[in-house]
Amino acid sequence: MTAAVIVFPGSNCDRDAAVAIEHATGTAPTMVWHRETALPEVDLIVLPGGFSYGDYLRAGALAAQSPIMNDIVARAKSGIAVLGICNGFQILTESGLLPGAILRNAGLNFVCRDVALRVENNLSKFTDRYDLNEVVHIPVAHHDGNFQASPETLDRLEGEGMVAFRYCDDDGEPGGSPNGAARNIAGILNDAGNVLGMMPHPERVADARLGGTDGAKMFDGLATVLA
Amino acid sequence: MKARIHITLKSGVLDPQGKAIANALGNLGFQGVDGVRQGKYLEIDLAETDPGKARANVNAMCEGLLANMVIEEYAVEVSE
Repeated sequence: MTAAVIVFPGSNCDRDAAVAIEHATGTAPTMVWHRETALPEVDLIVLPGGFSYGDYLRAGALAAQSPIMNDIVARAKSGIAVLGICNGFQILTESGLLPGAILRNAGLNFVCRDVALRVENNLSKFTDRYDLNEVVHIPVAHHDGNFQASPETLDRLEGEGMVAFRYCDDDGEPGGSPNGAARNIAGILNDAGNVLGMMPHPERVADARLGGTDGAKMFDGLATVLA
Repeated sequence: MKARIHITLKSGVLDPQGKAIANALGNLGFQGVDGVRQGKYLEIDLAETDPGKARANVNAMCEGLLANMVIEEYAVEVSE
């Protein structure tokens, strides 16, 4: 699997994502500055966490207009896998690649802690290594993670298996959202299943030395599926 | 010309910041605040001199970038 990690001004999880990808594939991804207009041929594109453009206007809104985004939208529409983590998820909703919008956390606080997630769909490229309904622990670190969409859109996300992860308790019972997200949604797929946006950071638990490997399964699974 | 733009959350969208501001006003002793909705205000200086064209241009700016139409709505005033 070959991968590109996009670097925006204010990205701060780009190198963590690169380490997790290299760990899974043995090959370092190409780091692509947002001012570029064309991506190399890759199997996976990662929009990393951080605070692109200082979250000016709305989190992810200005990054969604970066020059590289035209090619990312085109690749996503052609079926290339795109993973947006945290700020990357915000950029994916702002660019229209994923439905809904992400608002300020309902409690207004920046939330930085481990959360339990239930795997709601294990048939995607991203969740292949997880069991259905498996409970995993992955950290969140965000001020704007409150995913919202119209009731019709939420029904469609749930009805069509587009919810990938939901906040839950340690027994897998949905709830305990750290940000007030509608229906405890932590991560969603697009219709075609090749774009995943999620607020938690799988790249931060991709090595036992960093406290966990629940996130490594995502990168290991992608490395197998996209080999 | 100058465009003045207000961007606010749509009425159904929860506004926790507005709620916190309302609580703080109550704590300061201001009675009778039934609700607060917060938003953004932008002023844009435009070279355009035709009010109709200026308004159409600013509407396009709002829908393309300034507002997130999933959750927000906007109101535009155009003046000399």
